[in-house]
Amino acid sequence: MKGNWTRREFVQRVGTAAGVLAVGGGFAEFLAACGGPGTPTASQLEIFSWWTAGGEADGLKEMFNIYTKKYANVTIKNAAVAGGAGSNAKAVLATRIQGGQPPDSFQVHAGQELISTWVKAGKMEPITSIWASEGWDAVIPKDLKTIVSSGSDVWSVPVNIHRGNALWVSSKAASAVSATTTNTLDGFLGALGTAKASGIKEPLALGSKGNWQVTMLFENNLVAVGGADFYRGLFNGKSSWTDNNIKTALNYISRMLNYVNADHATIDWDQAAGRVQAGTSVATIMGDWAKGYFTANNMKPDTDFTGIPSPGTTGTYMIVCDTFGVPKGAPHHDNAVNWVKVCGSKDGQSAFNPKKGSIPARTDVPASLFDPIAQRFMGEFKSASLTPSIAHGSAAPEAFASGLNDEMGQFVQKKNVNASATNIAKLADQFLK
Amino acid sequence: MATSGTAARERLPSGGRSLRHFSWDSLTPFLLIAPSVILIAVFVYGFIGYTAYVSTTKWYGINPDYTSVGLQQYTDLFGLPRFQADLTNTVEFTILFLFGCIVLGFGAAILLDQKLRGTIFFQNVFLFPLAISFIVTGTVWRWMLNPNTGINMLFEQAHLGFLKSPWLADTHTALYGVVIAATWQMSGFCMAMFLAGLRGIPDELREAARVDGASELQGFLRVILPLMRPITLSAVIILGHISLKIFDLIVAMTNGGPGYATDMPGFYMFTATFRQNLYGRGAAIAMVLLFLVALLIVPYLVWSMRQEVER
Repeated sequence: MKGNWTRREFVQRVGTAAGVLAVGGGFAEFLAACGGPGTPTASQLEIFSWWTAGGEADGLKEMFNIYTKKYANVTIKNAAVAGGAGSNAKAVLATRIQGGQPPDSFQVHAGQELISTWVKAGKMEPITSIWASEGWDAVIPKDLKTIVSSGSDVWSVPVNIHRGNALWVSSKAASAVSATTTNTLDGFLGALGTAKASGIKEPLALGSKGNWQVTMLFENNLVAVGGADFYRGLFNGKSSWTDNNIKTALNYISRMLNYVNADHATIDWDQAAGRVQAGTSVATIMGDWAKGYFTANNMKPDTDFTGIPSPGTTGTYMIVCDTFGVPKGAPHHDNAVNWVKVCGSKDGQSAFNPKKGSIPARTDVPASLFDPIAQRFMGEFKSASLTPSIAHGSAAPEAFASGLNDEMGQFVQKKNVNASATNIAKLADQFLK
Repeated sequence: MATSGTAARERLPSGGRSLRHFSWDSLTPFLLIAPSVILIAVFVYGFIGYTAYVSTTKWYGINPDYTSVGLQQYTDLFGLPRFQADLTNTVEFTILFLFGCIVLGFGAAILLDQKLRGTIFFQNVFLFPLAISFIVTGTVWRWMLNPNTGINMLFEQAHLGFLKSPWLADTHTALYGVVIAATWQMSGFCMAMFLAGLRGIPDELREAARVDGASELQGFLRVILPLMRPITLSAVIILGHISLKIFDLIVAMTNGGPGYATDMPGFYMFTATFRQNLYGRGAAIAMVLLFLVALLIVPYLVWSMRQEVER
């Protein structure tokens, strides 16, 4: 038997060897996985967004086409994560960046979502020099540049502008609700009353599943009640969150709720738009992405429906703005820089925005590419006073916006103006200082 | 390898007994268990420890901030109206859900145990909902419980308008809507457990009861029900921890609304951590959840360990 292994020894040794190999191999892989981005593959560009459906996905594809025409050797990887307003995508993105695996460029709302989440954490690269070399100062409004800047640096480039303060009116039933009656909130409430008296039981459509739609009503009312300067002041310390305007704005929501569909808590904004289309409601207050819903359902802008500034906010533009920037440690840095250039270019924005249903952030894109409502909005955008949206991440950090959404969810149930005003002031104390 | 192997074998006879103590034979089981022990130690208990640690810091934002704040996160948390609503919701939901599942499941199991024709068919019908994910269940029930469509429309067409209810649209009824969906999905599982239990009772026991002069009802109450106790306990444990951790059903049905009417700690944990970037608060909610589940599981573990000792 000398020199030969017994069966038991053989099994033991094979077992040990396999075990060592498995543990060692696993450990090596684990180390490799922890060791950062690894070697960047020849020429890729990974773009992270939450544009997965309909017009927005089409618009993104148009920009990809422009990019690949210019840089033919780069393959684009579309890392889009589904979920309205990026609710899931943001969680995925946070995990990736914390784990040291950032995409090459990602979609982020202008304002606090960019600045207080990513820039403050030191996760972004400034694009100040790109901004200068591309000459964007001449074509992108200064107010907008301020929203994507902090200190002396610019951190991302705006691709599109959505309007948060828009009122959508069906032409079928809309004699009472028109641009002249919606100049003030009181006029609007009067018009709703007229519509209700004429037999439309729930003239104002609202979908509040998720509560952010009510936050939009609130921010629009704040602008209507206190004006754009007061509104902007709430976020730079010049106006106070205990001001009486807060209660007045809440009070107007409460009065609007008298005309709202009873099932609002279970439906989303698109189903609310559906009520306007069906004629069971006369109007709905929603961002201009609602236009995409109407046109997708074969309604013609300005013939079957129309869009005007939301009640009392004429002359202001509630900014909901998507931007792209370059994170630190982007695996294909140069490709990402080129992507940002495409995003800010005239070609890129003229290709993207008509599909997305937004207006371009640049003021030199020909209006003829757009439908009549967008053309009107583009005209107003040039002279309007710009206000950043809370509901869409621009005005305040996520913790405040999300807390406010919760509070609005409470408010539509209880309609307690004083309690909600106190809670909102508390939130502002906690997260806006 | 072969030569060193033989060398070791040749040395064996001289110091055999003491060396056998460290022989491969006794080491092998430890080596085989080691990977899973290490992985569980790191990825389960290690991360529980880390979460507990994070819950005592003020981490707010993308970058970790390990400044200690003691139990501040917990005192803040219990002072929040949203979290207070979460706790009452989760208790109310758990009680209704457990009660519904056990009553319906046990009832169905008794009916199916009657050895009639077609029981196999119904057994499967009752069990199928279990194969669907909570997201699907939630979406379908959301449609059915919408006040303007679904069940209400059915009631109206059947001239049973008085049964109409705002369901998910109203703060007072929304939680019941979620309970109905959850019960629909999980009562089949309860049925399967009870059915297995009932089938496991030997006929001799029932016979013996009858011989002793017990009526069917007495036999059921005094013989069958006591034998179902361990199964009921298992059902409570399994369903109880599902109900405490419920998340997907809430996301699909109500997003926690209207107001806080159907918000649950699991859902708020996600919102706080990933939407509000309040990592410290999210960790604190996770620890509260862990504590609640432990409250349910630990007595069960103690009980089952005692049973094993007795055996």
